[in-house]
Amino acid sequence: MSYSYYPGCSLHSTGLEYGLSTKAVFAHLGLELNELPDWNCCGASSAHTLDHDLALALPARNIALAQEMGGDLVTPCAACFNRLKGADHLLKSDTKLREHIESLIGFKFTGEVAVRPVLAVLYEDYGLIRLKEQVRRSLDGLKIVPYYGCLLVRPPEITRFDDPDNPQVMGRILSAAGAEVLPWSHATDCCGGSLSLSRSDVVRFLVGRLADRAREAGADAIVTACPLCQVNLEMRQTSSPKLPVFYFTELLGLAFGLTEAESWWGKHLINPRPALAKIGLLEVAR
Amino acid sequence: MISDLALEVNRLSGQQIELCYHCHKCTAGCPVVDAMDYGPDMVLQMASLDQGEPLFRSRDIWLCVGCLTCATRCPNEIDIASAMDGLRQLALARGYPAGERDALLFHRLFLGVVRRFGRSHEAFMLGLFKVLSHVPLMNDMGAGLGLFMRGKVPLLPGRSRAGEEVRKIIERSKP
Repeated sequence: MSYSYYPGCSLHSTGLEYGLSTKAVFAHLGLELNELPDWNCCGASSAHTLDHDLALALPARNIALAQEMGGDLVTPCAACFNRLKGADHLLKSDTKLREHIESLIGFKFTGEVAVRPVLAVLYEDYGLIRLKEQVRRSLDGLKIVPYYGCLLVRPPEITRFDDPDNPQVMGRILSAAGAEVLPWSHATDCCGGSLSLSRSDVVRFLVGRLADRAREAGADAIVTACPLCQVNLEMRQTSSPKLPVFYFTELLGLAFGLTEAESWWGKHLINPRPALAKIGLLEVAR
Repeated sequence: MISDLALEVNRLSGQQIELCYHCHKCTAGCPVVDAMDYGPDMVLQMASLDQGEPLFRSRDIWLCVGCLTCATRCPNEIDIASAMDGLRQLALARGYPAGERDALLFHRLFLGVVRRFGRSHEAFMLGLFKVLSHVPLMNDMGAGLGLFMRGKVPLLPGRSRAGEEVRKIIERSKP
C-alpha cells in the first residue's frame, strides 16, 4: 500500500518523535509514505481566527499536491487532519467557495483524495490481526489511557472518524500491542490547545485535570495522537510524579522491536524510560 | 426578530445562532468557561440582543480554542466555535482591542511566520512572542531550553518552496 504523506510543521519541531516513529512503523509494516513536495502549513487555529481566505487556501494547496501525487493523503497530526478534512468538506459542499479557492491556487479540485489520520490507516487498512502478528515484544503490564483530544473526532459530521464521545481505535491498536488500556473519563477533553503560551494558567489547569484523571484511572502513561496535545501535556503538568506522554506510534515501534525506538525517548520533556523500565521493556529496546 | 449583530455573525459563520434555546450544554462542556466573562451560551444571547460593545471587548471570543465540544453537543446544531470566529473578525474589523491581547498576538505571529515561510517556525515565533507579549520574559524558559536541547526548535527554517508558493496565493487573494 502506498500513501501520500503530510507531516505538518509540528512533526519537524516539537513533535519530532511522532514523525520519526510514524515513518519507522510504516516502513516496518511495508506501508509506503510519500511526503508531499514543498507542502505548506495547514494554518492550524490561527488562520481561521484571522484570515478566512488563507484558512481554506492553505490546506487546499496541500490537497492539490496530494491530488497530483495520487492515493489517500495521510497525516499524523490531529490539527492538520482537522484542517485538511474540513477544507475537503467545504470544497465539496460549496461551489462558489471552491471556484474562488481553485483560482487562488490554480488547480481543479477533483474530490478524489481521501484525507485520513494515521490511526485510521493502521486500523482500517492494515488491521488489528496483522498488527498483532507483528508484535515481537508485548507491552504487557503497561497501563495506559488513550487520549484523543478534540480535533480527531470533532466535528463528527466532518471528521467521520471513530465515536466522538467514546472513541475506541487507539485503545484497540494498543491492546493489540499488549498494553493494558484503561477506561477513563477524559479521552476527548480539551488540553487548551493554542492558549498554551498566552494563558498558560488555563492550560495548566486543563492539563492538570487530565493528568489527575489519568492517574485516578490507574495509568502509568498517557498516549496521544496529536503533537499539540503532547507538548501541552508534557510542558504543563505540574503535580508530580509526572505521567509520561507517548505517541501511539512510539509504543507500536517498541512493540515491533524496532531498534530506533531507543532514540525517541530522549526527545521527551518528561522522561518516559522509568515507565518502560518498570515493566522490563527498556533494555529490550536498546 | 433577529438582531443585526446576529445576522452578521450568521453571515460570517454560516450558522443560525437564533436557534439557541439556552439549554446550556455548550457552557457546561466548555473547557475554558471558568476563565470567560460570560460563557458561550450567554455570548449567543448577547449577540441576539445586539449587545456588540461588551462582546467585542470580552475575553470570551479570544479564549475560545475551537475544541468544538459545544458544536458537537448543541441540540440545534449551532457551531458556536464558528460563531466565535465571526465575532473575532467583527471585533478586529471594528477596531476593538482584543480582550486577550496575547492570544491575538500569538495568532498574528503564527500567521505572519506562515505567510513568510509557508510553514510555522517555532524559534522565530516564540522569540517574538517572548519579546512582544505581556507574559513575563522568564516564563517557560526552562521548557523552551528543554525543547531546544532536544533538537525540537531548529533555528533556521527548513528549505522548501512552500514560502514562495504561499506568497503567490496571498498575492492573488488581494482584491
